[in-house]
Amino acid sequence: MSDAILRIENVHTDIAQYHILHGVDLQVPRGAVTMLLGRNGVGKTTTLRTIIGHWPAREGRIVFDGDDITALKTSERARAGIGYVPEDMGIFSDLTVEENMVLAAASGPLDTGRRDRIFEAFPPLRTFWRSPAGTLSGGQKQMLSIARAMAEERRLFLIDEPTKGLAPAIVSTMAGALRDLKRQGASILLVEQNFAVAKALGDFAAVMDDGRIVWAGEMEQLATDAGLQERLMGLSMEAG
Amino acid sequence: MSAAPDHRPRMADLPLGERIAKAMPVLLVPILLVLGFLAIGNPSSWLTLTVSGLAMGMMIFIMASGLTLVFGLMDVINFGHGAFISVGAFVGISVVLALAEWAQAPSLLLNLGVVLLAVLAAMAITGMLGWAFERVIVKPVYGAHLKQILVTVGGLIVIEQLIHVIWGPDEIFFARPEMLKGAVTFWGAALEKYRLLAVAIGLVLFVVMRLVFRRTRIGLIVRAGVENGEMVEALGYRLRLVFIGVFIAGSALAGLGGVMWGLYQEVITAGMGEEMMILVFIVVIIGGLGSVEGAFIGALLVGLLQNYIAFLEPKLALISNIALLTAILMWRPQGMMPVVKAK
Amino acid sequence: MLMRLISGDRPRSRILTLVLLAIFLGLLFAPFLFPGVRALETAARISIFILLAASYDLLLGYTGVVSFAHTMFFGMGAYGVGLASQHMGRGFGPLILGSLAAAVLAAALAFIIALFSLRVRAIFFAMITLAVASAVAVLVSQLSSITGGEDGFTFQIPRALGPANRMGEVMGVNITGKILNYYVVFFISLALFFVLLRIVNSPFGTVLKAIRENDFRAEAIGYRVVRYRTIATCISAAMAALAGSLFALWLRYVGPETTLSFEIMLDLLLMVVIGGMGTIWGAAIGATVMVLAQTYLQDLMGSAADATMAIPMLSRLLDPDRWLLWLGVLFILSVYFFPSGIVGRLRGGR
Repeated sequence: MSDAILRIENVHTDIAQYHILHGVDLQVPRGAVTMLLGRNGVGKTTTLRTIIGHWPAREGRIVFDGDDITALKTSERARAGIGYVPEDMGIFSDLTVEENMVLAAASGPLDTGRRDRIFEAFPPLRTFWRSPAGTLSGGQKQMLSIARAMAEERRLFLIDEPTKGLAPAIVSTMAGALRDLKRQGASILLVEQNFAVAKALGDFAAVMDDGRIVWAGEMEQLATDAGLQERLMGLSMEAG
Repeated sequence: MSAAPDHRPRMADLPLGERIAKAMPVLLVPILLVLGFLAIGNPSSWLTLTVSGLAMGMMIFIMASGLTLVFGLMDVINFGHGAFISVGAFVGISVVLALAEWAQAPSLLLNLGVVLLAVLAAMAITGMLGWAFERVIVKPVYGAHLKQILVTVGGLIVIEQLIHVIWGPDEIFFARPEMLKGAVTFWGAALEKYRLLAVAIGLVLFVVMRLVFRRTRIGLIVRAGVENGEMVEALGYRLRLVFIGVFIAGSALAGLGGVMWGLYQEVITAGMGEEMMILVFIVVIIGGLGSVEGAFIGALLVGLLQNYIAFLEPKLALISNIALLTAILMWRPQGMMPVVKAK
Repeated sequence: MLMRLISGDRPRSRILTLVLLAIFLGLLFAPFLFPGVRALETAARISIFILLAASYDLLLGYTGVVSFAHTMFFGMGAYGVGLASQHMGRGFGPLILGSLAAAVLAAALAFIIALFSLRVRAIFFAMITLAVASAVAVLVSQLSSITGGEDGFTFQIPRALGPANRMGEVMGVNITGKILNYYVVFFISLALFFVLLRIVNSPFGTVLKAIRENDFRAEAIGYRVVRYRTIATCISAAMAALAGSLFALWLRYVGPETTLSFEIMLDLLLMVVIGGMGTIWGAAIGATVMVLAQTYLQDLMGSAADATMAIPMLSRLLDPDRWLLWLGVLFILSVYFFPSGIVGRLRGGR
């Protein structure tokens, strides 16, 4: 893993008076999908939020593509090329789908070629282009959320549980879209509870427990070793 | 939250009842107009009162719009907003007094020129003051409502007292520019010229604001920021800069409202902003904190109701606003058009 | 005995203890230590404002809710006593009836306001109380046939409490009804102060503090945040009304200037913030400091303004009428730099 697009070194994060991350060390390889796994409440979302800068790291370093971004503001990290899809999707429900996308293209007008590719991946967005985003279904909102991260050239995507609460049919649409993204050479750090999806998409995996990375390696190895899964994540996930 | 792949937007499926409920706040204004007409019974009195109510409403809206946006965007509640109203009035009226010759000339062009200069001066000064206020008073207390309220109240007092220091302790009486005095008669109703001007300015401003919010990127950022500021930053925008811009613009609008209110009353006092804040708060609460449209409707309701009641039952006019506030909060505890907050 | 009286809430600082003791003894022996009308006037005012500030601190400091209606409740108490005495004739009956009725009414009104605002967001409360309080102030000055309007009205209190009632001499001081009146005011204020101290040190007070620290967590643990805040609001309003009744009794006069004005509201905010939010002791110190400063410092400003006549701007800044300017500056600085107030400083924390 010498060519890492993102390196996190000994990051500690506090939320109010609570110490959540206890020294996270993580490498996200370039051009691959890295799954961030672990039980609920071990700090996966906090890790993503610390990378994008919503929570400040009290200690440690975050290096993105060779540059130390620890001291940068969230907006500067985004402009440096990090796309973020939060767990709650962060849709602007008062704005139309189009307005959401226009806003997502922060550095200029939305590129039409890019827009057409997004329409191809997520057809419903074309249908509801001018509808308020608040009227979309849960799955469509998730599509919009990912599409927004794709509205500009990004070197790294941070995606938090994109299949959470979605019907199986949409989960497969979503998995397909992420696979396309991966095929285009994007680097992705993905939090995922659905182990089937994780197994299908992930090249690498890192497992968290109690605010630390407790295991990191190839997804293949984790997927085939039920004992390892059990030890790391408490219960073995049903292999889909 | 699960749904079929091609779920239709819910908008179209909304039953009629819900659609009416959604549009209800907008309908309240015409309903109030009709009720007022029925209660007053005399078309020309009704028209006079309506214009005066709309003028008052527009001015309150101008003062309230900045406050509600500042809250929506950064969760900052600025009790010092009223200071900008007073400062705007004093700066603007000083310009009117300094250009007395123009103001007293019977030329509409010169008169409007005076008003325009007064407005520009007031907005420039209050805008700058807003910028300073944000940096010195508000910035250190982000995220702490209790301290925000305390500190901004402190700022309000200091600015009000400084007005006394600069302009003296007494209220200032003055006359409106020549051509804005008096009234025009329309269908037997006497309509004060200045009130018509105030309504026009208010309407233009509202339309411009709507256009900015719907058609420009900065408008989109503000609307999105009101709902979910973190996400706006994660898309690469510096919300803090946008917020300062909105704070300055809101302060300048309060200054504009101050000049207009001063010209309306033909007297200004250092405490006028503080007094207006009562109405501004009522408007912002019934509109729904953070909602510009809500503030617009709320301001019109407050202005119209106050004028109608003052005509029908003068003694009740004092509590008509509190009654309106109570009624609206009983109907919608969050205000008429509450802003969707992601967090 | 003493510990029970102060509900085990020690001042926890030697200097603080001494200061509080000095305030207590100074007020207790005020008629003997500081002869003169003005000194007694000041002492009575301090006693009443300590109670008023303490009742406000229950809201601001312990509950974290900002109210701008506290002077409204204060005024209700004052007008309650005034109106009862005016219509029922002089006597202790009207005094008691008037204050109790006003206190109940104040609590009821506080309950209604809380119902409308606290349920939604705590900051609604600040705005709504401001709106309601100002509407009431306008109403009071408009309804002059009942309230005497801007001028207010004087009324008669029982003869026993009047200056004409001479009861002999103690330690060279003529004991008049006025001094008796002072002790009525002082001891009732003191008793109510201890009641407030008891309330904030009860389990109820502990919950309030938990809510202030983190209302989400308090709610999650299972406390009905809105209910607790509402109860605190009602208690605080009733106490403010009682303080207002004492003030009216002392002044034998009620009017909007002395009870309802926004300026008193600011004084009150300052007392609590300077003394130290969230400690009833802080309210006592804040009120004492503020009343003393108001009585004696304003004179000083006047002479400073006279001395600087040559420099027009400076002289204007130092004009005693600009008292509020300096209060405002002081207020902002204290919120920034001494959020825990004098008491916090003396206790050596934060």
